Amino acid sequence: MPTFFERRQLVVPGDLLAEGDYVAGENTFKSNNKIYASRIGLVEYEDNKVNVVALRAFYIPRVGDTVIGTVVEVGFNGWVVDINAPYLALLRASEVLNRSFKPQKDDLTQVLDVGDLVVAKIASYDRTHNPQLSVDEPGLGKITRGQIVKITPTKIPRVIGKKGSMISMIKQETGCHIILGQNGIILITGKSPEDEELAIMAIHKIEEEAHTTGLTDRILQLIRKEKEKKGGLKT
Amino acid sequence: MSQKTEKLIDKKGLRIDGRKPDELRPIKIEVGVLSNADGSAYIEQGKNKILAAVYGPKELHPKHLALPDRMVLRCRYHMAPFSVQERKSPAPSRREIELSKVIREAIEPAVFVEYYPRTAVDIFIEVLQADGSTRCTSITAASLALADAGIPMRDLVAACSAGKVEDMIVLDLNDVEDKVGTADVPVAYMPNLGVITLLQMDGILTSEEFEKAVNLAIEGCMKIYAMQREALKAKYVSVKEVEE
Repeated sequence: MPTFFERRQLVVPGDLLAEGDYVAGENTFKSNNKIYASRIGLVEYEDNKVNVVALRAFYIPRVGDTVIGTVVEVGFNGWVVDINAPYLALLRASEVLNRSFKPQKDDLTQVLDVGDLVVAKIASYDRTHNPQLSVDEPGLGKITRGQIVKITPTKIPRVIGKKGSMISMIKQETGCHIILGQNGIILITGKSPEDEELAIMAIHKIEEEAHTTGLTDRILQLIRKEKEKKGGLKT
Repeated sequence: MSQKTEKLIDKKGLRIDGRKPDELRPIKIEVGVLSNADGSAYIEQGKNKILAAVYGPKELHPKHLALPDRMVLRCRYHMAPFSVQERKSPAPSRREIELSKVIREAIEPAVFVEYYPRTAVDIFIEVLQADGSTRCTSITAASLALADAGIPMRDLVAACSAGKVEDMIVLDLNDVEDKVGTADVPVAYMPNLGVITLLQMDGILTSEEFEKAVNLAIEGCMKIYAMQREALKAKYVSVKEVEE
C-alpha cells in the first residue's frame, strides 16, 4: 500500500495520492483501487484514510451548520436567503414568527426585508432540495448591529482553532462578540468600532496565514501590539 | 493569401519559427490573475495569449435549464476583435460557437458534474491574440481556471496539437503551419487517468501518420501538464514558504 506524497504536501487535482487498501476521504476519489486528489490542497494521511485539506473550495450546506446570509427576496410565505453557497436557502415565515403565518394580517417585509442579514441554522438539505433555514435557537435571527467579514469557507476551522482556542482568544482580547458562519461569513459585534476593527484585522491575518504553525500565539501578540499602539494614541 | 509559400521546413529540418519538429512553443502560465472571477488563468503559448475565467457553481437562471442530476457547464470561447490580423467582428461567429461546444465537451469529463445538481458553472475564454491551435491552448487554460475555482476535478486537462507539414509530423502547430500545412490533429488529454477527451482531425493523413500524430500530441500534452502543475502550485508556494 504505497503512498506517493508526504504529509501536508501541496497536491493538485488528478495527483495520485495512494494505492491499495485506502479509504478516499475529503476532496479525493477512488478509481481502480487508486486514490487521486480532486482539489488543490494539502494531503493528510490518517490511518488508512486519505484526505486533502482544500485551499480553494466553496460552501456546501450541511444540516446543523450555523450560517449568515442576506435576504434576497421576500416571497408569499417566507424569504429567500443567499448563504454564499451554490444553492439559495429558504426561511419560512412561520419559523420566524413562531406561530402560524396569516397572509392577510402579516406583512413579511416588516419582519425581514431584502438586504437584511440573518444568522440561521441549516434545518434540512439534500441534493434534490434547496436548504431550509431555522432560527428557533437563542442567538439566531436578524442581525441589528456589528460588522461582517467574509473569508474563504475552508478557513473557518482555522479561525476556530483547536478546541476553539483561536476564537476564544480573539473574543477575550478584543472584547467582541463573534458569530462564525460555516459559510465563511463572520459577524463581529463589539463595544466600539475600534474593537471590531481589531478583530477584523486578526481574522484577515488568520486567513492569509492559515497554513502556518504557531498562528494563535502570533495573532495574540499582534492584537496586543495593536492595542498598545491605540492605547498610546488615546492618552 | 498574399503570403508567398515559403518553405515551412528548412534544410536543417527546422520549422518556420526555428523549432524542431517535436518542440513546443515557449509557454508561460499564470493562475488566479482575475480577482473578480472565482477562478482564472492566463496562458501564453508562442504568440497565443488567452485568458480564462470561471464563475460558480451558482444557481442556474433561467431555472428550467437546470438539470436535476448534475451541474450544467457553460462555456464561451470568444476571440477579441484585435486578436487576429484583420479585425474580427466581436459577434460570436459560427466557428466560435462550435469551439465553445468542443471545449466544453473536452473539459466536462474531468469535472465531477454529478456532485452539485441544479447548479451552473460558467467558463469564459477570451482569446487576446491568436496564433494557431487556440482550442488546445484554451482547454489548457480553462482546466486550470476550474481547478483554481475549487471545483472538484478528476484530473487536469492538458491539450496540444500535432499535424503534418511538408510530409513531416510536427508538434504544436502555429498559425502558418495550420493554414498551409496538410493536417492538424488537436488532442486534449487527462494525463493521470490516460484518457483522451478531445480528438479532431482536419486534413488528410494515412492511418500510420495519424497514429504518429496522436502519440506526438499526447507527448506534448504531458509536457504541458508538467507546466500546468507548476503554475497551479506557484500560486500557493508563497503561502508555503511562510511556514518554513
